[in-house]
Amino acid sequence: MAAPTSNAAAADRSRDPLWLRIVLILISIAFVGLLLVLPLTVIFMEALREGWASYWAAFRDPAAWHAIKLTVLAASIAVPLNLVFGLAAAWAIAKFDFRGKSLFITLIDLPFAVSPVISGVIYVLLFGLQGWLGPWLASHNLQIIFAVPGIVLATIFVTFPFVARELIPLMQEQGADEEQAAISLGAGGWQTFWRVTLPNIKWGLLYGVILCNARAMGEFGAVSVVSGHIRGKTNTLPLHIEILYNEYNVVAAFTMASLLALLGLVTLAAKTWLEWKVQQNSTR
Amino acid sequence: MRPRWKQYSVLPGFGLTLGYSMLYLSLVVLVPLSALFFRTANMPVDDFWRTITDPRVLASYRLTFGASLIGASINAVFGFVVAWTLVRYRFPGRKLLDAVVDLPFALPTAVSGIALTAIFAKTGWLGQYLTPLGIQAAFSPLGVTIALTFIGLPFVVRTLQPALEELDREAEEASASLGANRLQTFWRVILPTVFPALVTGFALAFARALGEYGSVVFISGNMPLKTEITSLLIITKLEQYDYAGATAIATVMLIVSFLLLLAINLVQWYAARGYQKGF
Repeated sequence: MAAPTSNAAAADRSRDPLWLRIVLILISIAFVGLLLVLPLTVIFMEALREGWASYWAAFRDPAAWHAIKLTVLAASIAVPLNLVFGLAAAWAIAKFDFRGKSLFITLIDLPFAVSPVISGVIYVLLFGLQGWLGPWLASHNLQIIFAVPGIVLATIFVTFPFVARELIPLMQEQGADEEQAAISLGAGGWQTFWRVTLPNIKWGLLYGVILCNARAMGEFGAVSVVSGHIRGKTNTLPLHIEILYNEYNVVAAFTMASLLALLGLVTLAAKTWLEWKVQQNSTR
Repeated sequence: MRPRWKQYSVLPGFGLTLGYSMLYLSLVVLVPLSALFFRTANMPVDDFWRTITDPRVLASYRLTFGASLIGASINAVFGFVVAWTLVRYRFPGRKLLDAVVDLPFALPTAVSGIALTAIFAKTGWLGQYLTPLGIQAAFSPLGVTIALTFIGLPFVVRTLQPALEELDREAEEASASLGANRLQTFWRVILPTVFPALVTGFALAFARALGEYGSVVFISGNMPLKTEITSLLIITKLEQYDYAGATAIATVMLIVSFLLLLAINLVQWYAARGYQKGF
């Protein structure tokens, strides 16, 4: 039997030698460790540099609390709105066939192609004092730019595609067979959605919401353009970090940064867990 | 009457969901974006050209594009190594390494920015060892490059991973049994197959780097003509109430990123067509 051994030999030769594996694994760990893990570690080390007392002291600043509240407020408006949009868009795209569908999908992805700063600029051009609607807003005593509504709008824009993007491929893959069966058995539209569609997409939906929320709470560039940086008024947590850092209040800046880093870590853990969960479901 | 551009379906809710999502898309995305282009279209061509070719603006393009290109190139090399290790090898800590790759996505940019600055500043964690060697990492173009490398890595790794997983092991074995050594197999068999994915990952990292703001502004030092990136220049113009200047530069950057996106789609379309033909 000559063939199997030569196959095995070829298979063996097509495998990387041990020394190469070790070298490549070490390079990967060193690169990721130096570039990604070190910054993460530094955040917590710098925050705790002067001990836990200084760490907790940073929370006694009312401006910090205001920034935290504003960040949560902006995310709690932006995420549900983009969630409803994502569900509606994915339903229309995945369950029906219509012309112009791929153009619609491309347009949904558009905000990802727009850089954070430009995302802010477009709202200033629309609602700012020199903007299209600026004079009208000013005469009605409405302020959007350099105020909370502008921050919310910019947050909605940068997190716009997250939920839709998770749901569209997932729902397209699942097709419309189950829903059609439910409808032909006499279920109503809402009933079908709640009982058939939602259970099928719940993990993807949760994944999209988690990513959307992480970006909403962490957005810096877009919000920075529209906020006006009024302390205790229009500062979100990332903007407050910038101010503290520029005032050389390093411990407080890193303390606030550690909050957002924790949010990032929770997001990563949830993502890993959800991917594992989906894999479990698909192999069963 | 059913609209002719839509196939018949028993499922309800088409008009409601499509109508609502198109309305929301228009209000949140399309109308604000078009404001930028209308503003630019109303600018005299001379003014527009003078603004976008001002020496300070040109210097910011050079820094932004140069540092983004270097960062994406570093990521193409090391991202390949990381993706290869994650897909091909089994070692303790692999899952953790895999999860950690997403850190730049998960960490808010301002947080990454101050952390990188704390590392590379003169008295920083690594900066204190680099300064005696004559290397000034923070507040220099090198710092901008480091930050742009940081944010680009996941794009390369996450685009390459599925391509490497789909790689046909038998083609590698065939290549080896025909007498090719490992390096030849890599250059002639592996690299050509995953090249579209590598280019896509590179382009995505490059595109992201061009528009990056938060992770760069802390480490760059923001000196006009030296370490000022284009995104920051747009904000500076806006803060000086130079709306026209900010609009013009923003339009240039937006067009560049749209062109990049188009190029990425072309690469993917070309690669998909190649596979269908049996290449």
